[in-house]
Amino acid sequence: MKRELPRILTLVTGVFLALQYFVPHRASATVYETLMDWLIIVGIFAILLGIAGLVRLHSGKIRSRQTNWPFSIVLLAGLFGMIFLGFWGQDLGSPFVTAYFQVLNPVQATMFAMLAFYIASAAYRAFRGRTLLATILLLSAVIVMLGRVPLGELLWPPVTIGSLRIPGVGEISDWLVNVPNLAAKRAIFVGLGLGGAATALKVILGIEAPHLRG
Amino acid sequence: MAWYEPLLAIDRRVLYALMFLAVLIPTLLPIGLPIRITPEVQNVYDRIDGLRPGEIVFYALEYDPSTAAELEPMAMAMLRHAFSKDLRVLACCLSSTGVTLVEDEIARVAREYDREYGRDYVYLGYQPYPGIVIMTMGENFRTPFPLDYYKTPLDELPMMRGVRNYDDVALVFTVNATSGIDHWITYGQGRYKFPLGLGSAAVMATNYYQYVQSGQLFGIISGLRGAAEYEMLIDKGTVARKGMDVQSIAHALIVLFILFGNIAFLVERRRRRLGRAD
Amino acid sequence: MPDSAYASSRTVDLAATAAARARIVLRAASAVALVVLAAVLTALPCARAVAPVGQVTAADTPNDPGRSIDVAWTLSPDDRLPDPGDSLALTVLAYRILRAGPGDSLVEAGTVLAGQASYRDSGVEDGVPTIYRVETVGSDSSLALSPPCAPAVARGQWFHGKKTVLLIFMLAFCGAVIGLIQQARRGRELYVRPIAGLAAVDEAIGRATEMGRPILFVPGLATAGDVATLAAYTMLSRVARKTAEYQTRVRVPCYDPMVMTIAQDVVKSAYLDAGYPEMYQKDDVFFVTQDQFSYVAAVNGLMIRERPATNFYIGKFYAESLILAETGNYAGSIQIAGTDEIVQIPFFVAACDYTLIGEELYAASAYLSREAPLLGTLKGQDWGKAAVVILVLAGTIAATLGWQGFVDFFATQ
Repeated sequence: MKRELPRILTLVTGVFLALQYFVPHRASATVYETLMDWLIIVGIFAILLGIAGLVRLHSGKIRSRQTNWPFSIVLLAGLFGMIFLGFWGQDLGSPFVTAYFQVLNPVQATMFAMLAFYIASAAYRAFRGRTLLATILLLSAVIVMLGRVPLGELLWPPVTIGSLRIPGVGEISDWLVNVPNLAAKRAIFVGLGLGGAATALKVILGIEAPHLRG
Repeated sequence: MAWYEPLLAIDRRVLYALMFLAVLIPTLLPIGLPIRITPEVQNVYDRIDGLRPGEIVFYALEYDPSTAAELEPMAMAMLRHAFSKDLRVLACCLSSTGVTLVEDEIARVAREYDREYGRDYVYLGYQPYPGIVIMTMGENFRTPFPLDYYKTPLDELPMMRGVRNYDDVALVFTVNATSGIDHWITYGQGRYKFPLGLGSAAVMATNYYQYVQSGQLFGIISGLRGAAEYEMLIDKGTVARKGMDVQSIAHALIVLFILFGNIAFLVERRRRRLGRAD
Repeated sequence: MPDSAYASSRTVDLAATAAARARIVLRAASAVALVVLAAVLTALPCARAVAPVGQVTAADTPNDPGRSIDVAWTLSPDDRLPDPGDSLALTVLAYRILRAGPGDSLVEAGTVLAGQASYRDSGVEDGVPTIYRVETVGSDSSLALSPPCAPAVARGQWFHGKKTVLLIFMLAFCGAVIGLIQQARRGRELYVRPIAGLAAVDEAIGRATEMGRPILFVPGLATAGDVATLAAYTMLSRVARKTAEYQTRVRVPCYDPMVMTIAQDVVKSAYLDAGYPEMYQKDDVFFVTQDQFSYVAAVNGLMIRERPATNFYIGKFYAESLILAETGNYAGSIQIAGTDEIVQIPFFVAACDYTLIGEELYAASAYLSREAPLLGTLKGQDWGKAAVVILVLAGTIAATLGWQGFVDFFATQ
């Protein structure tokens, strides 16, 4: 029963939600909204599980003085510190909001800004013309990078020679993004949609349930 | 050692240092490069510019500190445009870590235009599970948001009288760099058929041009470039326009990296093939 | 004639003449007044009330949950832009939609601006016959009320008619998948093309064992129910089973607590299947945080400190994909990535050794296990794609030749 009951629940819920999409009646929407409410409640309790696991893991590290155990203190202090500060109030100027703007804000922005450096090293390493396809990739990347910035449009503007008009890098970049890139993405989207539907079908029918083995 | 060998094995910290300089110098010494307006951004501008004073626009400003660098300039430009046209703004933030940031920004722009909260703009705040929120707002904004961000019942706000759901707003515009965009398109515009616009990070916006072609989106503002174009159109704000100078130099630097890397690679490959040692 | 008689007759004559004069004066004055009034009225632009709308119809809103009626009307003849130079012409400002149930008085349901000829009333009760009248509001504040329309009854529909084609396609797809699964179970050979990233999984796990370093498995940043995360569980099960056999550790930092609980079960089950239940360490599958860049910072730290030999990035990733992949590259790990986020695939292609593009991620389970039901599902996907290709070609031809009916058949809006 330990394996059968989850499979039955998965089958019934999966089929219901699949068919619910086609039923606009209020009764169907009410059941759907109730299930979503249950999902939110389960999610909240799962957060408690996650926090409990995190606290257990790091307090174990502190107790047994594992490598880098002081950072576990920092983590737990941050976790409980923000929870505690939140109880003091969340108005502008409160300690919670101050911590948000002075700590979380710049740290998150910094992490995102690292992408600029990482893309430089990744592009330098990866965009090599090893094969014909790799050369097409790097030429496309160069054109789009130049076409998306004003400097590129300044260096390579549209040129008219007699009756022949050579488009600028901005227009070529727009064409690359809106035509071949979009075509490829649409094709991948179709495959992803079908693959996603097939994966969901496998789970609903119980063909694939890796968490129910053993 | 051949001249190309250091190029092939360059320490990535050298690249990081050069990139740092490429970002720092134009930040301190702006260039002022001209910016071409793209049709997608022009569509957004025209759409909002064509609204009548007093109409309500719904802005879903769903970003957080990590994406604020790219999305905040466009959100500010959209708010300035709306307030300058005497439109009323209904806003929410379905990103849990961005709700305070967005609130601060809306209040700041509202002060610039001397707008009164509750009469000229309302901020709903945050609720979890954006897909469900977007769907239930289609019935009534009060279902997911019985109270606004400041814990005032929506019915007590003058602006919200007679405003029930998407039918009562002129358009919806989401500034978003998460999977919430798909929720807005599928559960929002797909179900309730309101005019929907999108402002997103440049890397994600390319995914959504197909929705402009199909008519599900009336326009897209793509990344910092799109924000710079919008600032030019409303002729206010310089954050994104200055950012384009920085982005120009950074892109040019990466192109040079690629160029030098490939020159070294091709020379090394040719020499290997010819069996010649330098 | 005697003088008195003449006097009285003369008085009578005089009186009659005065009356006649008075009548004449009165008539003249009336005529003048009428002329003046006509002149004034002619000079005034809004001498008449605004014209009402044409026929009003009301019908239940189709394909909706109920409590909604669509009201439509033909515009008032005065609903037009005034001619240039005639800014005082009578025009329509707005239309007020009024509704009434049986025995109720009219109440306002809504207002629309001039130029609009329809309104969706979402405030009605199901099953109650409701009539509508449309009141035209003129620019001179005059009002004109239309006759009532035939009663309409709001009802919720049990089937969304516009989604019929989706239902047909869904049933056909599911039927094809189930049929192919049955064929596979009966022993039919189903060919699956080689996928480099999946072929490298065993080799990558072996590398970790040789180097004595752990394996890092990142299941993505989506929720437990996301399809990409479901695919990640399958891959994790396979990887965990192999690591149990090779006596290597696998570390699974999780973004979502529900993903963590399921991933713990997956790894535990895999270790049990492999015959090494004692190798399972609960702390190897742990929750980190639900903040995107905080999670990335934690995983990066893990990579730099523990230097895993092999990194798997399987699931849904966003902007952090390049940060993870570059840090893993710096740490010297072999990296296999798979995501359904199309935007992130180029970053993984640039920074990882192997990348599963799009649906190759979903094919992983079938590819690695070669089980009949999974292979059958994979074939069903291929058939679905073939059907889409045929429909796209047919649709392109139909649209080019102007066969709008074919295109409209597939419209869901």
